Amino acid sequence: MRRLEGISKLSGRERYVDDLPCDGALWGMTVRSPSPRGRIRSIEFGPGVEWSQFVVVDHRDIPGPNEVFLIERDQPVLASDYVRHMHEPILLIAHEDRAMCRAAVKQIRIIIDEQPAALDYRVLPASDQVQRGQDNVLKTLKIEKGDVEHALAEAAHVVEGVYETGAQEHIYIENQGMLAWVEQGVVVTQGSMQCPYYVVNALKHALARDESQVRVIQAPTGGGFGGKEDYPSHLALHAALLALKANRPVKMIYDRSEDMAATTKRHPAQVRHRTGFDASGKLVAQAIDVVMDGGAYVTLSPVVLSRGIIHAAGPYACDNVRIAGRAMLTNAVPFGAFRGFGAPQTLFALERHMDVCAETLGIDPIDLRRMNLIRDGQETATGQVINDGADRERVLDLATKHIELPERREQHATFNITHPFLRRGIGLAMFFHGAGFTGSGEVALQSRVRVAGLKDGRIEVLASSTEMGQGTLTVFTKIAAERLGIDPSQVLIATPDTARVPNSGPTVASRTSMVVGRLVERACDALLEQAGLSRDARGERVQQAIRAWHVAHPNAQLSSEATYERPPGVQWDDNTYRGDAYGTYAWAAYAAEVEVDLRTFTARVIDFVAVQDVGKVLHETLARGQIQGGVVQAIGWALLEECVWERGGMKNCQLTNYIIPTSDDVPPIRVYWMQTPYAHGAQGAKGIGELPMDGPGPAIANAIANAIGVEANVLPLTPERLMQMMDGAHV
Amino acid sequence: MSKTELISVSLTLNGEHRSIEIAPQERLLDTLRYRLGLTGSKEGCGEGECGACTVYIDGLPANACLVLTVQVRGRALETIESVQVDDLGSMHVSGATQCGACTPGVVMTACWIKRHPELAKTHTLRELMAGNLCRCTGYDGIIEGIAGTDCAS
Ligand code: FES
Ligand code: FES
Repeated sequence: MRRLEGISKLSGRERYVDDLPCDGALWGMTVRSPSPRGRIRSIEFGPGVEWSQFVVVDHRDIPGPNEVFLIERDQPVLASDYVRHMHEPILLIAHEDRAMCRAAVKQIRIIIDEQPAALDYRVLPASDQVQRGQDNVLKTLKIEKGDVEHALAEAAHVVEGVYETGAQEHIYIENQGMLAWVEQGVVVTQGSMQCPYYVVNALKHALARDESQVRVIQAPTGGGFGGKEDYPSHLALHAALLALKANRPVKMIYDRSEDMAATTKRHPAQVRHRTGFDASGKLVAQAIDVVMDGGAYVTLSPVVLSRGIIHAAGPYACDNVRIAGRAMLTNAVPFGAFRGFGAPQTLFALERHMDVCAETLGIDPIDLRRMNLIRDGQETATGQVINDGADRERVLDLATKHIELPERREQHATFNITHPFLRRGIGLAMFFHGAGFTGSGEVALQSRVRVAGLKDGRIEVLASSTEMGQGTLTVFTKIAAERLGIDPSQVLIATPDTARVPNSGPTVASRTSMVVGRLVERACDALLEQAGLSRDARGERVQQAIRAWHVAHPNAQLSSEATYERPPGVQWDDNTYRGDAYGTYAWAAYAAEVEVDLRTFTARVIDFVAVQDVGKVLHETLARGQIQGGVVQAIGWALLEECVWERGGMKNCQLTNYIIPTSDDVPPIRVYWMQTPYAHGAQGAKGIGELPMDGPGPAIANAIANAIGVEANVLPLTPERLMQMMDGAHV
Repeated sequence: MSKTELISVSLTLNGEHRSIEIAPQERLLDTLRYRLGLTGSKEGCGEGECGACTVYIDGLPANACLVLTVQVRGRALETIESVQVDDLGSMHVSGATQCGACTPGVVMTACWIKRHPELAKTHTLRELMAGNLCRCTGYDGIIEGIAGTDCAS
């Protein structure tokens, strides 16, 4: 089965939000803070603009609380008298002519009485920079197991290291955009998004409406990667406020530089490791400190930090572990969800550190990993007993086999002493990624899916899970068709429109195929019963029964729902951070071969192997595309993508100076599967989307360290940074 | 600040002769998308970096975000809307599209490469495709798909 909407996308017929006809719509635009922190003294509307022709919205036009509904409600929809970061939205304006609207934004001057901004999350704030509690700490979290200090004191070797990773911009190729209008008293927003019900909640709260008075429709979405998890709530609120005031439809489409300046990015992080080993190289203690830059508001930082620390100790068995996590408030544009959600940062630190430890201990880095890999029956840092039958050692072995580790190491040894200016190296990372929401998250979500049997015998799947390129439409179709034994052409997937589809939870956390897909299966089973069939009925019999049901029940609807149920035996304690952090984990080993040019300090990945156990692979082409795309996005983070900061705002908000990989910057990504089925995922699948973001960073850094002997402990390893590192390094 | 006077421009668009009214400073991409309703060409960056807006002007690929519509006066313009759906099979099979935002531009470049097989003697497909950014596929699905595509027309 091929991607359902593939031809429509290839031929340019797919209609994204900016492609939708919208007669009589005004263009909406945003006036933003020019300063990272301070009190708004005045707003001046410049001369030469017919302001009466414009619709202007400020905080006083918000019917409900001036809060964007998320974990905490500290972030205003529009700043009223105070700004906490550059580009914070203050005013909205709309006009039917886009160019005039754009020109008018530039004629509005915001005067701020500035106050000292906190701009470095790694240092404690000066007293005049404190804006939350005593110390600007947004959130702390802790995982504790055994007695770390005692174990470190007794350890044969203790190895320390500090690792840092920078922010990353999503660069979904379709910028954020939203339409809003009012239809018979209902506020409707339609646009690019991952999570329609997040937008519903935001609209309900700030517009003081109940659920029947708001409706959210997802338009085909040109990439998300987490960047369209929470931000579309802001844009929908802005467009809705303008539409309500103008009494006309309003269209807001960001251009690339506004999108890069104003929307969220991956959290920068600094991770410290202090690790104890016994004389043989067995891990006896892991003390890990994780600090993340949360930016100016809480947004999703507590949950990003949570996933970050849970992954920080890696796929290894160790009896004594202490992980302390801290997210800091700064006056940077808020950081948010990005594929991996905190895990890429902590796994970079861990897996780079494992190579540093191996070197200190004089053990081969592959052997050190193998020796410490978690085995069935052993526990993770949170005390989760792993017993999934996955062969993690084989995952590791396959990666070393496919990258031809011993042979290439030998070739490199010769190459590196004979080539005048190129140096090659090889590096590996072993890691895991928990699928679905953390801890009790899935239970709290209570996700639902509905499946309807239509008059003509076709099936319709109704879920709020969105297609953003990852293949939701195709995978859901395949799951339903195979569950009922019918042809995929007999399955329809409803547009995620909150007037029709139930809340299946957000499209995040690699949960769609595994968790929501399983609900599709269960709703299909329930539909069979509803139609008077046994659960094992398949094929034409099913469609006949559905048609017959409709004949017997004219004007009635045949549908059934499934709601999430916690798999048996899963336990989690949010207070102690002990228990089963995730229903299951995907396991992976990635290996990179790099070539560093000593003339330009440019590092290139010349071969890449990705081996993973993601449970049952539901659709090989789509799954491979997820891994290849994720690996290349992570290669960008590792080598090219640097957010340059100025007063807490991104300075290089252009694709001209924020560089993402082109086809010519990356090699073919070689993907290999192991498929140990997961009993509670659709057809045995585990999550897959985020996993490939975790491994390339450390594998590449390890390969660069291997090639040129630098301490490659900071990402991105741009030519500038490598040049600095090589000053003084022995090459 | 007020609305500008429109001017008239004639060109050949996907094989058809057209005369259109545009603003003098209008970008070709905006004319296509907002005046003519040809929304297949996408804006990813607006500054010639991403290739999502790729069209052919007199048979040569160009970024429609960098061209003023007045500049194509009297010229032959081809957009993604002119590509035959039947020619896209191998890209469909290989997973050349995911979110689809880069895809029309990718397909335009791919078809142009196919029209010019001599390029393959001097350049790799990866080099030839480097002007089209894709954030989803990691490029393997695209490169494999082009190797098997038949969109010469
Ligand atoms: S929009 Fe034209 S090159 Fe990116
Ligand atoms: S398919 Fe999404 S950017 Fe290429």
